[in-house]
Amino acid sequence: MQTQFFKALSKIAASAAMVALVAAPAQAQQAGAPFTIQIDGSSTVFPISEAVAEGFQQQTQGRIRVAVGESGSSAGLRKFCRGEIHIADSSRPIRSSEMATCAAAGIQYVEIPVAFDGVTVVVNPSNPLRSLTVAQLREIWSTGSRVNNFSAVGGPNLAMQLYGPGSASGTFEYFTEAVNGTARSSRTDYTPSEDDNVLVQGVANNPGGMAYFGLAYYEENQSRLHAVAIDNGNGPVTPSQATVRNGSYAPLSRPIFIYVNAAALRRPQVQQFVQYYINNAATVSERVGYVALPAAAYTAYLQRAQQRRIGTAFGGRAAIGASIEDVVARRLVQTPVND
Amino acid sequence: MAAVDVQRVRDITEHPPGLGTRKFKDAAFVIWGIIATIIGLGTLVALVSELIHDGGHRLSAAFFWSFPSSEAADAGILSAWVGSLLVIATTALFAIPIGIMAGIYLEEYAHKNPVTSAIEIAVNNLAGVPSILFGLMAVGIFVQFLGNPNRWFAFLPEGFREAAADMFGQSILTAGITLSLLILPVVIVATREAVRSVPQEMRQGALAVGATKWQTTQHHVLPYALPGVVTGVIIGISRALGETAPLIMIGGLTFVAFLPITRPGDAAFEVIGAVDEYGAPVTPDATESVRIAHDGVVVLPDFTEMPVVGGQTYDLPHGSTVQSVATWGDAVASWSPTHWLGSEFTVMPIQMFNWTSRPQAEFLEIAAAAGLVLLGITLLMNGTAIFLRYRLRRSIKW
Repeated sequence: MQTQFFKALSKIAASAAMVALVAAPAQAQQAGAPFTIQIDGSSTVFPISEAVAEGFQQQTQGRIRVAVGESGSSAGLRKFCRGEIHIADSSRPIRSSEMATCAAAGIQYVEIPVAFDGVTVVVNPSNPLRSLTVAQLREIWSTGSRVNNFSAVGGPNLAMQLYGPGSASGTFEYFTEAVNGTARSSRTDYTPSEDDNVLVQGVANNPGGMAYFGLAYYEENQSRLHAVAIDNGNGPVTPSQATVRNGSYAPLSRPIFIYVNAAALRRPQVQQFVQYYINNAATVSERVGYVALPAAAYTAYLQRAQQRRIGTAFGGRAAIGASIEDVVARRLVQTPVND
Repeated sequence: MAAVDVQRVRDITEHPPGLGTRKFKDAAFVIWGIIATIIGLGTLVALVSELIHDGGHRLSAAFFWSFPSSEAADAGILSAWVGSLLVIATTALFAIPIGIMAGIYLEEYAHKNPVTSAIEIAVNNLAGVPSILFGLMAVGIFVQFLGNPNRWFAFLPEGFREAAADMFGQSILTAGITLSLLILPVVIVATREAVRSVPQEMRQGALAVGATKWQTTQHHVLPYALPGVVTGVIIGISRALGETAPLIMIGGLTFVAFLPITRPGDAAFEVIGAVDEYGAPVTPDATESVRIAHDGVVVLPDFTEMPVVGGQTYDLPHGSTVQSVATWGDAVASWSPTHWLGSEFTVMPIQMFNWTSRPQAEFLEIAAAAGLVLLGITLLMNGTAIFLRYRLRRSIKW
């Protein structure tokens, strides 16, 4: 009886020790683990950050780890302003509310535009519609729009099947602001999907299909889609690397950003990574389907990172129709600018 | 007389009342069953053949042993499957003991009263709670509360707070605990069913010869209930393996090109002195005498490299990184849970989810290939469950 009791007791002790081994906070366990730079945010910026992180880790032979997540621009900036991550990917400039949150938490940021994205409006290749004015786009997509046939906007007599990104996406926010004038105001009777491939399939398989998404998705599916030229008052412009870069594809080309924690940027590891990011942003963004900024812009941003110049050039507002030369020259602010 | 008998026999053999209907019902049931089976199996066959058609040709050794990449041709699932295994191991570590003990307690020990009934209802309801809600809870408790000890637990000693910050947050430990809470109801319910199916006479026999309740449970009830318990555990773990939503919530990452554990031959790094959360030295001017084990390279805090000779002792400034090649010893040591529980991670379903949302068609192919691997792992686990159940059942002698 006695021995059995002790046997049971020792069994319990052993299992308790096992649990303790797992649950006990290990004091010095991080000694050998390399530092990890944490990036999170926009799924639009993700492919660039991923490719840069990959190249950087190869270059440093894994001495500095980089982990990249894609929880969306807003979620990324929320984590950033809580100090949970070092770098936030964002497909839009930081909002005034987010500037306030960051300021309240004492988090300063260095804003670095890394590339351009052109929001592309596509239709089925069988659709003879070749161009739309911004006003016509607004007619189609504005809140409560009743346009359900391409004949209303100068196209063939063909019923429309509309597809678009979900309301959590930065692309949705940008498109609605650029076209309808107010971010997030849009007609709602279309098929939304966070997965751009669903939108591609929808338009490719539907003669009356129409959708908008990032340039990369159009370029990968050129044989199955037709990009609509956009007329912003200066004649129709077809989206392409060239027209997005020179700013003529307006108002649907937008810069995309990384926001770097200014305190983290003091550290050699983060500084080295951000410089590597800026130096490689041009080649990488073109490889994954985006449009590089002009070389002069990268030179300016490299300096900004080295000098850790904090603040945003957008004052908490959207970046509609901003030319990059203009953006580079703007004054950086840390409090929202009101008109 | 004889004629009447013949008539009756004929009536019985030729006109049994309702035989036609009953035969029809029998045949109808068989057909219905076959159709149902075809629908079930057909879906599975369609799914698997679609995956094989799309991604089968992408399966190769390199696919298993490469990190994800922005080039589909180079991309692999190494960090994803290692992450999945570590997360699942953590899940099992928490869910199995807690689930089985709770199940046994509720079935064998708890008195039937309103409190027990309430617990019972709660457990059953918990099994139906959408997984995203577990993710929401985990973000609140493990990521933002326990992961920010400096904000919430400033009164605790600093070493303890540092350790908590290392372990919680967006870590394997957080993921494991979250998934174990998710599958706990499954394990508890399965355990209770299995324990309940053990005949009452077994318990009475043991109790009659003077065994305590725990001895009865340990020696008689548990061994006979084990096949059912194992089935429940494996079903729960299989569910956790395919779970994506709560892990994305707590910040399972998409691009992770490092492993939480070390392989022999990997580059191993040792940072000299105390470093802050960005990897910079806490006291930049301090140095430390370090004896270097093998020839290699030391990276100084300003990122210049310094070749070093094995066996020599060097004065290295804090923040320097000694780089060496990991030995088998390092690799074995890195399997200690304390080494990897606090690490960032990705898992197979998150990796697949990311790949399916890429514009390039090749990424859809490797997503399908990853799906095949995930399916293979699930099949393997279910196979193990069947095998274990068979072995355990065979060892039972009533």
